Amino acid sequence: MYVAVKGGEAAIANAHRLLADRRRGDRSVPALRLDQIVEQLGLAVDRAMGEGSLYDRELAALALVQARGDLIEAIFLVRAYRTTLPRFGYSEPIDTGAMKIERRISATFKDLPGGQMLGPTFDYTHRLLDPSIVGEDAEVPAVRGVEDEQAPRVTDLLGRQGLIEPDGELPEGHEVGDLTREPLDFPLNRDLRLQALARGDEGFLLALGYSTQRGYGRTHPFVGEIRIGEVEVEFDIPELGFAVSLGRVRVTECQMVNQFKGSAKIPPQFTRGYGLVFGQAERKAMAMSLVDRALRAKEFGEDITAPAQDEEFVISHSDNVQATGFVEHLKLPHYVDFQAELDLIRRMRAEFEGKREAAE
Amino acid sequence: MTSEISAEQSARKRALDILAAAPAKVLAERWAAFGEQPAHQRIRGPETGLVMVRGRAGGGGAPFNLGEATVSRASVRIVTGEVGHGYCLGRDLDKAEVIAVVDALRQREAGRVDAEIIVPLEELAAASDAKKRDEVAATRVDFFTMVRGDN
Repeated sequence: MYVAVKGGEAAIANAHRLLADRRRGDRSVPALRLDQIVEQLGLAVDRAMGEGSLYDRELAALALVQARGDLIEAIFLVRAYRTTLPRFGYSEPIDTGAMKIERRISATFKDLPGGQMLGPTFDYTHRLLDPSIVGEDAEVPAVRGVEDEQAPRVTDLLGRQGLIEPDGELPEGHEVGDLTREPLDFPLNRDLRLQALARGDEGFLLALGYSTQRGYGRTHPFVGEIRIGEVEVEFDIPELGFAVSLGRVRVTECQMVNQFKGSAKIPPQFTRGYGLVFGQAERKAMAMSLVDRALRAKEFGEDITAPAQDEEFVISHSDNVQATGFVEHLKLPHYVDFQAELDLIRRMRAEFEGKREAAE
Repeated sequence: MTSEISAEQSARKRALDILAAAPAKVLAERWAAFGEQPAHQRIRGPETGLVMVRGRAGGGGAPFNLGEATVSRASVRIVTGEVGHGYCLGRDLDKAEVIAVVDALRQREAGRVDAEIIVPLEELAAASDAKKRDEVAATRVDFFTMVRGDN
């Protein structure tokens, strides 16, 4: 029997009104402006944008305020917003080799053409809370007058000597998969995996990446290079017959260089994992590259023994909007389901008691 | 994709690239200062939609879909008949429309548009890039090796 239950409308309306009040908080405290969030909570904005899979810093800032700072809720809002807009098309692939670099480091090579730039990093800070930053203007950055310099990707340098596997091609004529258009059908090609990882939950990927380091699918990683900066987005304009730049987006790229592998045909060489994420998101890009490499286990004939190597497990659970939807739906009314379970357990208990009495 | 385009197309591309990269406020100021604002008719938009941004595995390998970006675009015909197109990241419809009008006008008055809008915007962008580059360069690590003493 299906019983429709009504009666929550007034409660829901008032709950939303209360939410709006609590979101705003104490009215004697000035309300946040979006530009304050974009400028001063930039990495939270970047995370909402990256996992929301929509590059628009102001929208991500709005989502953060609306979600009262709940990142997964903000990501959910960004994802929902994107479904309201038409898709104009696909960009040309961005060229991270031509990035306007804001940070670039390598743990494998000390001396790199283009140099190592620490950029605006938390590394080497003392992690001591500093009350003096509140309401204070910061010092202007130091400058060093230099000329523009090429900074080729580290993997290209090593690649020239054949010591490292190439960037990773897919067969000629392969059409780029798009998980926003077709449901996932396992096993996946690497392009779809990279798309899923790029929008995947940072915490989940971080934990999986960490698990590979602790021995669950060990891959012996080194950070070949991390680079953060802006790249041009080129888009082919049919009306013009050529591509133009739509502007620049900031991305974080991580090239993980891993233990070597050879076969009868291929001499031993380093293998690789790749991470690319919108915004400044170094931890996420590193985790992504660790997981990307772990998920290539089958390609290298490695035994699949660890969770991080299990493609269906990883990709099916990496999306925090899906995950939160399924976990959080448990709090919605399940009265009828639960009533059925309750009836069942009463019957089972009656049977159990009946048997016990018979045995006595 | 841009390898086989004519010199004229390449100049148009350069102008469109610079217009798209310009901060909306700066572009609006330049455009207001330009004086002659031809009447125009909208052919399409201005409208906001999405472009799926692609990356490449390993940086230079097979393309994959990284995530979408908001993009605004407009196509206009100015009173003298030229058709212009504007595209830029973000949701600023006015900016897309100004780019389209400037693109149309540039087909008639390339010299003046370049001199008064494109070149100044390019110089501003170059100055801003140079400032950021120099700030980042100050965080460059100059490795040196400690020399071990003899005794």
